[in-house]
Amino acid sequence: MAQAFFGGVHPNDMKAATNGKVIEQLAPPAMVVIPMSQHIGAPCKPLVAVGDHVKVGQRIGEPGGFVSSPIHASVSGEVVAVEPRPSSMGGDSLAVVIKNDFQNELSEEVKPVENADKLSAEELAELVKNAGIVGMGGATFPTHIKITGAIGKADTVIINGVECEPYITSDHRTMLERPEEVIGGAKLLARMFNLDKVHIGIEVNKQDAIDFLNKKIAEEKAPVVIDPLHCRYPQGAEKQLIQAITGRQVPPGGLPADIGCAVFNLNTTCAIYRAVTTGMPVVSKIVTVTGSGVVDPKNIECPIGTPIANLFDACGGLKDETFKLVMGGPMMGMAQYTTDVPVNKGTGCMLAFAENEGPSEENPQCIRCGKCVAACPMHLEPLFMYQYAKKGMLDELEEAHVTDCMECGACTYTCPARLHLVQMFKTGKQKLNAKKAAERAAAEAKKAQEEKKEA
Amino acid sequence: MTDYKNLKLIATSSPHVRSNENTRSIMLDVIIALIPALAIGVYFSGPRALSVTAVSVIGCVFFEWLYRKLMKKPQAIGDLSAVVTGVLLAFVCPVMIPYWMILIGDFFAIIVVKQLFGGIGMNFVNPALCGRAFLVGSYASVMTTWAAPGSYAPIVGSTADVVTSATPMAYLHANNLAELQESYSVMDLFVGKVGGSFGEVSALMLILGGCYLLYRKVITWHIPVTYIGTVAVLTLLFSRGNPSVDWMLYNLFGGGLMLGAIFMATDYATSPVTKKGQIIYGIGCGIFTVLIRYFGSYNEGVCYSIMVMNLCVALIDKVSKPARFGVVKSAKKEAAAK
Repeated sequence: MAQAFFGGVHPNDMKAATNGKVIEQLAPPAMVVIPMSQHIGAPCKPLVAVGDHVKVGQRIGEPGGFVSSPIHASVSGEVVAVEPRPSSMGGDSLAVVIKNDFQNELSEEVKPVENADKLSAEELAELVKNAGIVGMGGATFPTHIKITGAIGKADTVIINGVECEPYITSDHRTMLERPEEVIGGAKLLARMFNLDKVHIGIEVNKQDAIDFLNKKIAEEKAPVVIDPLHCRYPQGAEKQLIQAITGRQVPPGGLPADIGCAVFNLNTTCAIYRAVTTGMPVVSKIVTVTGSGVVDPKNIECPIGTPIANLFDACGGLKDETFKLVMGGPMMGMAQYTTDVPVNKGTGCMLAFAENEGPSEENPQCIRCGKCVAACPMHLEPLFMYQYAKKGMLDELEEAHVTDCMECGACTYTCPARLHLVQMFKTGKQKLNAKKAAERAAAEAKKAQEEKKEA
Repeated sequence: MTDYKNLKLIATSSPHVRSNENTRSIMLDVIIALIPALAIGVYFSGPRALSVTAVSVIGCVFFEWLYRKLMKKPQAIGDLSAVVTGVLLAFVCPVMIPYWMILIGDFFAIIVVKQLFGGIGMNFVNPALCGRAFLVGSYASVMTTWAAPGSYAPIVGSTADVVTSATPMAYLHANNLAELQESYSVMDLFVGKVGGSFGEVSALMLILGGCYLLYRKVITWHIPVTYIGTVAVLTLLFSRGNPSVDWMLYNLFGGGLMLGAIFMATDYATSPVTKKGQIIYGIGCGIFTVLIRYFGSYNEGVCYSIMVMNLCVALIDKVSKPARFGVVKSAKKEAAAK
């Protein structure tokens, strides 16, 4: 078994509710709401207007900058609105609303690539870009930038099948049901990076997937090795996965490519395979719909832009006591205040909680137990950062490397005093950024004034 | 189908799940871990051990409640930390201590040491040890008169008839191993059949409690093992009796070392937060304990050595910060070379 990373926690994985359930296709939704910002970076510019007819796979959003990724129609039908709609990231953001005509017409743009075997790495990266592929584990960083940035530097390519967040089983089911996509995608990555093997990291709570993929790899003699990993959250975080498999640490502010690594989510890998073999861009997503509020938890494949209400409907609805909806896993997911928000490229899980799964404390008081220090996979000392953030000591907060914090929630999970650590760090980082922006602005103003004087 | 508009949804920051452990469950575990030591204290010192503990607990909880009430602060007695302080303070007092005196100790521990500095987690010295140090300073003779094992002090009334005895620490302090061996065997010390504070005497029961705390992950091995290990190594190397192994064993099982190392030095608020810091701290506690036992005017050094190291915690925390993720040693050296 591979080496571990420092810290982490081991929450109850809660995967039993769905890990035996075959991925179901959602009945086509009557309406999809496709946000123009489904990735880290510049939002897309809509290419369609109200009244336009669109087909599945048709490009409807043009990248708005270098760090950006195109967006495609996930159903065929008529564009009925191009306007701000509730977004899973909070607030409203521009979205294209398509009324489904249930014809499922395929766009002419979607066609298999000719001579896929002969394409160069750059041509493959271009395909990835045009297919709108982003990091589908939730980070949603445009994948083509990751590929072009790492080619020539990466000697180790890791496919992330860890799925360390509790509840989520969509990657687990994908490995069991679509091994050809996983292994096919892995082969493409091996070719792009000119490597004789790529790694797939999988936690041992998915032993059946490990065995199954190992069998397939042996049958195909594919250039893939599986690294079984001890269960430990947040092993699926890029830096921790690299550390667990290679022992290397990504330097602060650096990229995996700096230490010769590149990590791709399992879903992303499958998307690359589909884009190259069928020409189909990212138009659908496998989502685990589960939690104590869901009547019949399932793994569901649905078009991008499906309102989450449709997902819950497909699972027998929600219990009346449901008090919290979370898009993503329970450790890092975002709580949602409406069921109108749509599924996007980074959505792997929809949770509904009906029982009190996170007891809270009215007057949390740190007892200095140090469990957060032992749990932090980024080697931080959350208890001190909490004090600095709470008291507005921004310089000390920065010196404590709050910017290294990836908000995995391990500290907050383990805290017996039930402090709201991650929340405090999020606001602390915002204040720090605001302060830096203000300082920059002040420095520029001063400079401009001096220049004026000199002139 | 569900009417999604009527759901009463809350939106809070991630994470949305938490472990079941909380401050109260931790304190409860500590109390459970102290029960074996209390039981053997009652067995060797009589039911007064129980009544002294009860009075001390009630005193601590009352003072905590009273202070929070008077200062109009949210009540915190539900976290059970005051109960732990009460039990620990009683454990380090002689069984014949008058009840009013232990209440003074409770007052000092809870009000002066803990609440005046902001309550749980904010005190920088262990409240129970401070309470004891305060009582030793104020009532030295009462605090250093020990009932002989098996000589039960009455729950109420005069304790004048109780047979007193010297503690093993007195013999050790006089470097008189031979006489100590005549009075008590190592096994007597290990099970707790000796004179001394009734909660401290039984190494066996305290280790049992310590194992429970380790099993429940309330404490880690770092502080107790380095503390006890340091004392063991130093007393073996610089033995003042023959055979030196016996000298070491009497030093380990005598006095308050086990209670101190397992329950006092591991107090969260007054110990370092990193494992590296805890090791430094444990070694420091061990060194000071031996120094005080060897060269101090007191027989026993555990209480003061832990208090001294408590004061060093802020410094230890500073020097034992974890290495930043991604800054590995070779990279540091390269940076230094540049």
